[in-house]
Formats: sequence, structure tokens, C-alpha cells
Amino acid sequence: MTESLNITVDRREGLAVIYTEGYINNQGGEEIAKAAYKLLDEGYKTLLLNLAGTKIVNSIGISILIEIIEKMIEIDGKLGFCCLTPTIEKTFHIMGLAQYAPIYPDEATAVAQMRS
Amino acid sequence: MREVTLALPMVPEMEIEASKTATAIAESIRMSPDRIDEVRMAVVEACINALEHSHASDREVYVTFQVLGEGGDPDKLRIMVRDTGIGFSPDGLEEPTIEGKLKAVRKRGWGLKIIRGLMDEVEILSGADGTTVVMSKMR
Repeated sequence: MTESLNITVDRREGLAVIYTEGYINNQGGEEIAKAAYKLLDEGYKTLLLNLAGTKIVNSIGISILIEIIEKMIEIDGKLGFCCLTPTIEKTFHIMGLAQYAPIYPDEATAVAQMRS
Repeated sequence: MREVTLALPMVPEMEIEASKTATAIAESIRMSPDRIDEVRMAVVEACINALEHSHASDREVYVTFQVLGEGGDPDKLRIMVRDTGIGFSPDGLEEPTIEGKLKAVRKRGWGLKIIRGLMDEVEILSGADGTTVVMSKMR
């Protein structure tokens, strides 16, 4: 019954992309947070979460993403999302996340805008 | 009217099982994929609320799916997520906001807001014998 989350990270010049694959629940959210905080420790202050491989999330997982947003605000960093399903994007808008972490339609647009 | 009820034990990720049934039934009435996704997410949230907050002694969540419509062409899915827990006062809940949650220690508490945002109709029935979230979506 377990739907685990797999994470991969792509470190680039001045920006890191976190790719998720699977269900973002409490464990999934914690995995993302662990990866994000490790990148912050390495000096990355611009993070992009590419959710192309995630078709379902829950509010507990999203609450952990809010903790990451709070941390990024504290350090004056940038967090963005890309490649969301329409339902996940709608949910993020319902919750107001997009006000603090922009949502981009695709990775190329996200990278270009977050680097500018 | 067709009706299916699941009795799910309150174990981690039982919400996924409920969402799979929701998907199959929504597909059977030819609901669009994006709307099915919204139903799935709402079902997940309602099940998690029951799991986390109901304190039901039987440790079960009952999810009933009803297919509704005229003349053999069903166009509406109604889902009832019920627990036998301690109940709560929906009117007493503060509406979460991102501004408030960013400052708060506890970032959770979004379930009902998400359900209301994704479904066409939502009603919360709650009392001393438990809570039922009744939610509907047109095809």
C-alpha cells in the first residue's frame, strides 16, 4: 500500500532543481525538506521544485513545503515550483502558496525567470 | 442510484485506497481527468482528517460513493466520508491563511479549505457520534 517518494537533485550554477516522483505526504514532505536544507547548507539560495513526477499530494506534505518557504523567506532565498498537475496547482492557489513561491509551467521558464 | 461503501482501517495511506475507488467510480460516469484528480485530492483530505482528528474508537473510516443522475445517465458523484469519532464544530474552526501559517508553529489545518475549494458542494455533519463530510461533484 506504500506510495513512497523518490527525490533526485540537479545542482547547477547558482540554482538547484529538486525532482520528485511519487506521493508527497508527511514522509515525502520530510524527504523534500531534508534535500532542500542540505542544499541551503551547501550555499544554494535558489531552489526549484519540479513536481512533474508527482500526481498526488496531501495537505500534511504541503505544510512541510510551507516550512521550506518560511525558511527561504528568512534567508532571503527563492523557491519556485514547476510542472504541477492542474489539481496540485489549483490546490497551491487555494492555499496561497503561489504568493510566496511562484509556479511556472515548465522547467526552462522557471530556470530563466528565477535566475533573472 | 448506484452506491458503494468502503470500510477502511485507520492505517497510514488508507486514503490512497479510497482515492483509487473514487477514481474508478468517477471514470465510470465519464468525469474529465482533471475533475477526477480534484475528487481524488478531496477524498484524500477527508480521509486524513478522519484519521488524524476523529479519535474514533473503532479506528475505521467509512467512505460511501453514490452515483446520481437522471435517466440512466449519471452525471454527479457524491462521496460521504464518515467516522464515529468525537466530532467537532466546523463553525468554530478558523480559516487558515498562508500569512498566518507562515508565522505559526503549526502549519497544518488546511484539509477543509482544500476540500471546499475542489468540490462543487460540501457539507460537514458533526456531532457526538462522529463526523460525516458530504461532498459532490458534477461530471
